[in-house]
Amino acid sequence: MKITMTLNGKRMTFDAHPMSRLLDLLREDARLTGTKEGCGEGECGACSIIMNGRLVNSCLVPALQCEGADILTIEGVSAGGLHRVQEAFLQHGGAQCGACTPGMIMAVVALLDHNPNPSEAQIREALAGNLCRCTGYMRIFESAKNAIAAKGATR
Amino acid sequence: MKSFLHDYSMTAPRSLGEALELLDTDGGIRIFAGGTDLMVLLESGTLQHKSFLDIHSIPELRDIRVTPNYITVGAGATFSDIAAHPDLMRELPLLHEAARSVGAIAIQNRATIGGNVANASPAADAPPALLVYDAEIELLSRQNNRRIPYRFFHAGYKKTLLVPNEMIRAFHIPRADRRKCVQLYKKVGTRKAQAISKICFAGLLRREGGRIADARIAFGSVAPVPLRCEKTEQVLKNGGTLAECLAILSSEISPIDDIRSNAAYRLRVAQNIFSRFFQVK
Repeated sequence: MKITMTLNGKRMTFDAHPMSRLLDLLREDARLTGTKEGCGEGECGACSIIMNGRLVNSCLVPALQCEGADILTIEGVSAGGLHRVQEAFLQHGGAQCGACTPGMIMAVVALLDHNPNPSEAQIREALAGNLCRCTGYMRIFESAKNAIAAKGATR
Repeated sequence: MKSFLHDYSMTAPRSLGEALELLDTDGGIRIFAGGTDLMVLLESGTLQHKSFLDIHSIPELRDIRVTPNYITVGAGATFSDIAAHPDLMRELPLLHEAARSVGAIAIQNRATIGGNVANASPAADAPPALLVYDAEIELLSRQNNRRIPYRFFHAGYKKTLLVPNEMIRAFHIPRADRRKCVQLYKKVGTRKAQAISKICFAGLLRREGGRIADARIAFGSVAPVPLRCEKTEQVLKNGGTLAECLAILSSEISPIDDIRSNAAYRLRVAQNIFSRFFQVK
């Protein structure tokens, strides 16, 4: 079936099975490979994207439910130059092997969109669905904290 | 496209009426909401039913309404909808806590309370809270609309009272002044986020002049169904000691060994959680 969505600000139509995963549409049809597949069962957060303003695991979203949706991936986040969350991850060593990084960044972007001044507990809660096999959690947490502090510096 | 998808189909009705009609005329079709359970089964090749009806975008199923006697939570409300609702936070803290303990934020943004209940896992997070609040469940089909006490809904392991042409419409939770009640929700899992419960608990207790006027407790993952522990409640209300309550509780629950935990651990933790609840002043 034809699925039309707004992907990173652009209207796009895909020919997809209604139960195809959004993750596969992004990576294989749209060739946006910034979104990673980790566990494929909603445990690890590597495939996190923002759908209609909310963080979701794209491995658990069927294509049918993307009809008319507004989808933001890591590529859209950096479309106008690096986002301040990405800058913070760069400056504070928030990325090691990088497999979890796009999902982590999407989780922090979603958090700051809803809550510009989160507490440390709220940052931890926002990151709780994202796993880092390098176990670089403290640096990721520090990066998120510094992204808040950098508010207004870039965007 | 993955080849196994050829066996599956999903359709999106334009309205609740059309959804009920499809459910009624196509005996093989099953409800699909937030997909956080079903998409996992699909990818792992263990999704049994092949034909699905997407109800996630039907707006009236997602309503949360506050009326003088009830708070009504639509079956399609996500756990994020529930967690963010100020009236639920204030009046139904057990349900609020349950919503916040499901998966993590990306899961809460998709998973629905109706799906959590229809999936009928004894380990589900929302049922103990619904049991303690004496929720009623509203079931809807093309011909019929019935409302039954939620504590009767789970008929056995993964068995419910839903018939094939029905869907869960909403949960109706009676309003009451619970400000003087002790309310405790507790989930024990391998970690705080993303874990399926080894055991979960909801309890409500009201003391009046040194005696217990009301006591309601429910556990998940200690029996084939989410379990309201009415015998233990009775001992509590009759002024039983902690030891007396624990003895009844231990006979009322029937935890098992499984992939997440074992019976001995679950029994001990159930007793510990109950003891903590009993001792809250």
